Amino acid sequence: MKIFLLSLKMLRRNWRAGEARVLIAALFVAVASVTTVGFFADRVEGALNRQANELIAADATLISDKPTRAAALSRAQALGLTSAQTTTFPSMVSGDVDKGQGVNLAEIKAVSSGFPLRGKLRISDATAAPDREAVGIPATGTVWVPDVLLARINASVGDTLKVGNSQLKIAALLTKEPDSVLEYFGVMPRVLLNEADLAATGLVQVGSRVTYRLLLAGDTASIQAFKAELAPTLVRGERIETVRDSRSEVRTALDRAQRFLGLATLLSVILAAVAVALAARRFSQRQVDSAAMMRCLGASQSDIFGLNFWQFVAFGIIAVLAGSLFGYIAQAVLGALLSQYFTVVLPPPSPTPVLQGALIGTTLLFGFTLPPLLALRKVSTLRVLRRDVNPLDATAVSAYILGFLTLLALIIWQAGDIKLGLIASAGFLIILAVAGGAGWLLINLAGRGRIAASGAWRYGIANMKRRSNSSLIQIIALGLGIMALLLLTLVRSDLIGAWQTKLKDGTANRFVINIQNDQVEKVATFYRENKLEASAADSLAPMIRGRLVAVNDAKILPTKYKDERARRLVEREFNLSWSQKLPDANRVVSGKFWTDENASEPSYSMEEGIAKTLGVSVGDTLTFDVAGTKYAAKVTNLRTVNWDNFKPNFFVIASPGLMKGLPASYISSFYLPEGREATINKLIGQFPNLTVIDMTAIMTQVRSISDQVGNAVSFVFLFTLAAGLVVLYAAIASTQDERVYDAAIMRTLGANRRQLMILQLAEFLAIGLLAGAVASAGALGLAMVLSEQVFGVPYEVNALIPLIGLVGGGLGVALAGLIGTRNALNTPPIAVIRSLA
Amino acid sequence: MSLTANAVSPSVPLVVEVTNLLKEVVTADTKLTILNNATFGVTAGDTVAVVGASGSGKSTLLGLMAGLDTPTSGDVKIDGVSIFGLDEDGRAKLRGERVGFVFQSFQLLPSLTALENVMLPLELAGAPNAGTRAQAILQRVGLGARMTHYPKQLSGGEQQRVAIARAFVTEPKLLFADEPTGNLDSKTGAAMVDLLFTLNREHGTTLILVTHDHTLARRCTRRLVIDNGVVIEGE
Repeated sequence: MKIFLLSLKMLRRNWRAGEARVLIAALFVAVASVTTVGFFADRVEGALNRQANELIAADATLISDKPTRAAALSRAQALGLTSAQTTTFPSMVSGDVDKGQGVNLAEIKAVSSGFPLRGKLRISDATAAPDREAVGIPATGTVWVPDVLLARINASVGDTLKVGNSQLKIAALLTKEPDSVLEYFGVMPRVLLNEADLAATGLVQVGSRVTYRLLLAGDTASIQAFKAELAPTLVRGERIETVRDSRSEVRTALDRAQRFLGLATLLSVILAAVAVALAARRFSQRQVDSAAMMRCLGASQSDIFGLNFWQFVAFGIIAVLAGSLFGYIAQAVLGALLSQYFTVVLPPPSPTPVLQGALIGTTLLFGFTLPPLLALRKVSTLRVLRRDVNPLDATAVSAYILGFLTLLALIIWQAGDIKLGLIASAGFLIILAVAGGAGWLLINLAGRGRIAASGAWRYGIANMKRRSNSSLIQIIALGLGIMALLLLTLVRSDLIGAWQTKLKDGTANRFVINIQNDQVEKVATFYRENKLEASAADSLAPMIRGRLVAVNDAKILPTKYKDERARRLVEREFNLSWSQKLPDANRVVSGKFWTDENASEPSYSMEEGIAKTLGVSVGDTLTFDVAGTKYAAKVTNLRTVNWDNFKPNFFVIASPGLMKGLPASYISSFYLPEGREATINKLIGQFPNLTVIDMTAIMTQVRSISDQVGNAVSFVFLFTLAAGLVVLYAAIASTQDERVYDAAIMRTLGANRRQLMILQLAEFLAIGLLAGAVASAGALGLAMVLSEQVFGVPYEVNALIPLIGLVGGGLGVALAGLIGTRNALNTPPIAVIRSLA
Repeated sequence: MSLTANAVSPSVPLVVEVTNLLKEVVTADTKLTILNNATFGVTAGDTVAVVGASGSGKSTLLGLMAGLDTPTSGDVKIDGVSIFGLDEDGRAKLRGERVGFVFQSFQLLPSLTALENVMLPLELAGAPNAGTRAQAILQRVGLGARMTHYPKQLSGGEQQRVAIARAFVTEPKLLFADEPTGNLDSKTGAAMVDLLFTLNREHGTTLILVTHDHTLARRCTRRLVIDNGVVIEGE
């Protein structure tokens, strides 16, 4: 207790004397950046999810082929979730036949009030009229339909539509329905009606092909709880879907968004750790003499440990409290600034980031301070007589082992993604080793080369060599700092750029399906004559429906698969295709795609993800049932598919030798420039059986997610920048005492201000250039690995990185060094010598 | 009474008793004897100057007597307690209770004010009224007006006065001083010596100091001369 109270007094004294400022600043930035980024990423992720959820009109959907169980609904209500229900099924609808109006197959969708829970319905009064946000759902006795249906049955708004036994008034044109874009393979024109009118139509009978959906929305925890509780009770024909389960494009965008934010947070943690390590080292070094003196004055080893330990605990508490508070305020400000970029309201942050920040702050603090703290206990009391005795070897590898292990654990945890975490950890270790080796080599080379340098430059380089341990630590720390900044600034824009170019103008925005065998040539000619995108005609791909019935001759039993997705996949029909060549945006990751020589042999190519889900590898034999005939062949290769290229993509592709002759309908995609919608009418006019799907809505959604992530990452980057600046400050402050003393001696010996300045400049410039070189190499290497392995975008080497790393590193460190050590030039030598005597 | 070097009388109670103290250091190829079987005793109230040329082993002897260093062989007793029979913490405790120090380089903690530096040994011992006692002794050494100043804001002489105040505040039985005037000009040094001896008298402390300064050495009641690691009684 005595030591605890004394340590509090010492804390106050050290605080007042400015001893712990760098350490507290480093800790503060660690906690503040982690919590700010955490809070913000949490909210942005929530907003992005919510925005993506508009695509299914809810946060989660319970889909069933039987009416929704009352138990599920009451459970959802008990969890405080809002809900709506839809009932969908195909049916023929007709206009007024007496007026010459036609008949068409449509998808009837009866909705309850509250629909949609996420996103908005938009309607208009006539085909060319401007649309508006709909209020509520169709009133009883009315329907809302898309103009394509009206065109097909030759009716207009105000007419009546016969749906089963009911005559319903067409009250408006449905221009946007949030969840329609997801169902573009089962496209029939939608007829939206009030669920109160459903029974009267008489269309829902026993045995009807009806899909019942219970749409749910609420906070993430309740949604997760609902999913978790219901999952074990799901019966055949029932499943729960979130947007991630339903759309590959959106899932890819969301996953990348999360990884970008994760990377930014991760780099903040690494930078803050470097700053904490440097600051803890300096603090401990400055405590060595005090510890020796206190031992003379009767303090025991445990007293010395306790005195410092409790001070560190207090530093931790101060930094965590101040950092969390700052993080909370900063994210609120950021949220307010950024709200204009989001189409949905940012949800409030969860308290988790505070815990994360606190855990990271204290773990870093003790990871890096415990070893020197323990070493302080062993300081020889003889130091009070002879200063050269037993200096604390703060550069010893052992002093950092605990810190590094802690940091690695934090990296993996913070990455929130094992792959990203492992890559970042391995990268961090490799860079550390390479930076250490290269730094040591460069210091020695520079040391040898100094003979050729003149005057102050020679002393500057000699100083760097003399303090080679400190210089090495500075180079590594600054190298890591500059690397993180390079990675985030330049590489971030490269990565986001590479990703966004995939959605640049000209990306296919229309799918055409139902093209029959004999129409392929005619449709291709139509594309060419109407000057649609050159590749449109080549994008025609055959589509064959087939069910996977056996793997390696073993019959497929859905119950065999534990994975829900796998079970669903084998229960339904696949859209298979055949192709002579590997389609664009597909990349073979194992095995070999067939060539012109062996394309006539039967084989399958499978998408990597689905192969993993179903446990299929190259060499396995798959059997598909297509219209009653079985087609068995070996899987000769696995592919990755770029789902967000908006071209026809297939999980399974057969070789021409296996399926070329089979009856197939064709699918194609092309880019339709704005204002050329008439071309679509012409296409439909010429080929009435075709269905054209407008992908603009989903593309806008994906693009807006990527834009918003870009903005978010840029803001989050500011905090990483702050962490980088603290590293710079801590690195420069780490040798300040020695510099001030050296400068005093030099001035005593007659050096003038200018000479001292050149000396300092030479040393910092050399350190900065070395750090810049190490950082550029690290940033290039990491960017390459991250973009290919984690973000799945090809990386092009940016030649500016080494240049910016070297120039920025050299000049930045030199300038910061001069500012940071200006005391060395301004303090009268006698004061310095007296205080450090 | 004092004893001749290399001779210990068993009948007199000694504050410090040094027996066959040997300190050797092994360098790359040779073994260096820094202190060669020193044996002597110091009685209460003595003022002892340890003198000798640079590198003769004066500071080593002081370090060993204070238990700041460990010998190759031999023993040192303080108040009859064999200090090398104690562990590091035991020696620290003994120092805290009975020993004070004044160093050539003052050894003040840079982050503490003059007052806090003087309070520190009392606080470490958990003694009551640390502030009042430290203030009183700082007044006594003439630094009443500089209590809130940091070491770097004080002159060399002032820093040494703080160090002397810190050494006496716990009222130790035994005070070790290592070149206490070594960093001071002669006038300031003389004033410091006056202060040291006055306080020593007032507190009845036993003083053992290492010095190059013959004037200072002459003010002591005894002189021990070290020559090539051998301790002999001086003139």
